[in-house]
Amino acid sequence: MAESDKKVALKGSSAVERSGRIDNPGFEPAHQRVHDVNPDKAASAERGISLLFLLSGLLSVTAFVLYFLFPIVPGDLWTVRISTLLVGVAIAASLLTLGVGVVHWAKALMHGHELVEERHETRGDEPTRARAVEIFQEANAESGWTRRRLLRNSLITALVAFPVPAIALFRDLAPAADPVEALKHTIWRAGTRLARDPSGTPIKASEISIGSAVHVIPENLDTYEETFLNEKAKAAVLLMRLDPADLNISEERKDWSYDGIVAYSKICTHVGCPVALYEQQTHHLLCPCHQSQFDVSNECAVIFGPAARPLPQLPISVDAEGYLVAQSDFLEPVGPSFWERNQ
Amino acid sequence: MTVATKSKPARQPSGRGMRFVGGAANYLDERTSISTAVKALGRKIFPDHWSFMLGEIALYSFIIILLSGTFLTLFYDPSMTEVHYDGSYVPLKGIHMSAAYSSTLNITFDIRGGLLMRQVHHWAALLFVAAIGLHMLRVFFTGAFRKPREINWVVGFLLFIMAMAEGFTGYSLPDDLLSGNGLRIIDGMIKAVPGAGLWISYLLFGGEFPGDDVIPRLYMLHIMLLPAIVIALIAVHLVLLIVNKHTQFAGPGRTEENVVGSPILAVFAAKAGGFFFLVFGVTMLIASLVTINPIWSYGPYDPSPVSAGTQPDWYIGFADGMLRLIPSGWEFEVLGGTLSLNLIIPIVVLMVFLGLVAFYPFFEAWVTGDKREHHIAERPRNAPTRTAIGAAGVTFYAVLWAAASSDLIATHFRTTIEGVILTLQILLVVGPIIAFWLTKKMALALQRKDREVVLHGYESSRIVRLPGGEYREIHTPLDDFEKWRLVSFDEFEPIVLRPNDRGRITLSARAKASVSKFYFEDRIAPVTKPELESASQH
Repeated sequence: MAESDKKVALKGSSAVERSGRIDNPGFEPAHQRVHDVNPDKAASAERGISLLFLLSGLLSVTAFVLYFLFPIVPGDLWTVRISTLLVGVAIAASLLTLGVGVVHWAKALMHGHELVEERHETRGDEPTRARAVEIFQEANAESGWTRRRLLRNSLITALVAFPVPAIALFRDLAPAADPVEALKHTIWRAGTRLARDPSGTPIKASEISIGSAVHVIPENLDTYEETFLNEKAKAAVLLMRLDPADLNISEERKDWSYDGIVAYSKICTHVGCPVALYEQQTHHLLCPCHQSQFDVSNECAVIFGPAARPLPQLPISVDAEGYLVAQSDFLEPVGPSFWERNQ
Repeated sequence: MTVATKSKPARQPSGRGMRFVGGAANYLDERTSISTAVKALGRKIFPDHWSFMLGEIALYSFIIILLSGTFLTLFYDPSMTEVHYDGSYVPLKGIHMSAAYSSTLNITFDIRGGLLMRQVHHWAALLFVAAIGLHMLRVFFTGAFRKPREINWVVGFLLFIMAMAEGFTGYSLPDDLLSGNGLRIIDGMIKAVPGAGLWISYLLFGGEFPGDDVIPRLYMLHIMLLPAIVIALIAVHLVLLIVNKHTQFAGPGRTEENVVGSPILAVFAAKAGGFFFLVFGVTMLIASLVTINPIWSYGPYDPSPVSAGTQPDWYIGFADGMLRLIPSGWEFEVLGGTLSLNLIIPIVVLMVFLGLVAFYPFFEAWVTGDKREHHIAERPRNAPTRTAIGAAGVTFYAVLWAAASSDLIATHFRTTIEGVILTLQILLVVGPIIAFWLTKKMALALQRKDREVVLHGYESSRIVRLPGGEYREIHTPLDDFEKWRLVSFDEFEPIVLRPNDRGRITLSARAKASVSKFYFEDRIAPVTKPELESASQH
């Protein structure tokens, strides 16, 4: 760094300015386009651009005509594709020719030299700012905003309270019933038959071979017409049959399965996606949304991924006719965690 | 007519067309004072640079979204009432589904141009968020958020958030299997909020998930409340753009006190108007050729099935990826409640990340203490630390985004999902640090190269042999204009820690000094005149 080079720090800032700064050389000489100097080129550009505009108009009309020329025949998906393709491409072509024409006009033929506009500081000039302050002072004097403090503060109190009713008004977005209770129960009851999803046919224990997995709903799910999806969102179950030797069952869950057949909630304990992928060889369940993995042979304990809790198990047995039935509802809330789930 | 002639005697209109235009303008002006606006704005100058068009793309894709979206509202039925599908898509005939899904199928298969408009709408929405994101990166890396534009940065940030909200609400409206799972995930995340989560979810869905209310509610948000907010924010954004005037890159003749470019009337208006049609045309072309969101192949929403490889639209990917990267088991029983840190931490991390983005301009202003107005957009290399911070942020976002495809990465590259997740977890922490370090080195190296070029000219590849036998490469010196582009940038130095008026060194002064050191300790100064002179004497 040369000795003569003095640095000045700007006040309150870490920016510095050097005395030896190189000066701004000013504007470059204006660049002449071929269309500026050659009138023939300009004329031909003009013809070309107007041709683009006419073509664009023609393409718009073409799109209009194609809409009627290629109708959609109900049930024939090919006609949907053709109509979408032809009308879309014609519209796209008309838009692109129009856009290219206008941009080309601007770049080739419109006045091409750069113009300069002065900037001013964003803040108002001093007289303007002074007048603005004065206006506030006048308004203050006229209204007594700072002088009549009781008046002002009580007004602020009223304004703060003003939106309070709105909060209450939103209460009926949801029904009156307690959500905690609703989430703690599903429609599984003692004796409810396990049925195939989505057909609803009940399942006999003898139909399930070792290694298979079945998507299950409660047999009576169909009777819940109004709340079908809500109930299904809690009651969906995955049924698997393993070699009983592969199952590590804790003492209190000894009677929850039947001859190697186990039933677990299909709703992920992470954020509620259906844990729909079963890996037969490893007995792992995988949630396709965030890849949480549960080990069926160890009571669906989490072995990988963001989920924290095992999938809740549905206690099952068989009824007199050999159909698989639930022994009770789930003994804990299914699906994603929430603060009140253990209360 | 007489008034117009009187007020503008020098520009006597000629010809019938001009007389009509003059008459109409006079009519309008006498009722709206529009001439004031034309005088103030008509010749306003906009500088030219390709990167300034990213914001334009965002604006134009929003217009395309409004046009195509209006068409869709004419046929879409925002209702979760159950219907039996009876349209022309055979595989779903007779299936139970919501009216929303059924009407979306009808738009697709029975309304001519319906599929086209759906795809234009969806593609334009993807483009909208992408253009906003790139526009933000341009503004960030060129320092165009500095005074006086900090507020407009925040307005733009809010637009980015609103665009994602618009995208997500719109994505949910067809009530198909894929978007239903997206809503299910949102429901699960909301429920994790300690204390209030269950109630928020209950109020949002009108009871238990999925209920019958969420689609009409999202529809109201999607077509009324959110667009109104977006339009209001865009208006504020553009008014501030006009008040602050556009930034420009350093160049000969360009200073902090001027703005150089094309006037709105006519060149800029023509370029921008033409560009609108180009953006519209390209979107339309993609929409007519490339399928997006084939809801018919997903089926109606049902809480039980799901397909492997589910992914959200691209702009939600970073949030979904964050959910995937949290390690197992982070859930605890605290004070009688269930605290799902496996969801709360991702939510907090995402909010902190977005908060840092929103408040960065104020942070940098505090570090530099710089109260000057800045209208010259910086080249990223000339602000190495900021550029490195930006690169770290981009890396962090990119890792989260990649994580949203962790399962697809694992299947495509035939590796384990566990390995992919572990790699991405490590990258999420280490990646930004490496990106920061590497970017800073590169920026400083590029600045050194600029200095070298200014001082000694370009290498010409011409070797000459001097009379003494020595070989030398001839360097071509730069002209003044090229030189100016390379030397005109701001210079900062670390703050020197000094006691204040009371003779104390406060904690905040210490903090500021150390951050300032972090920013400006490594720096390359612009070439000065004395240096240039001594270099030319060699």
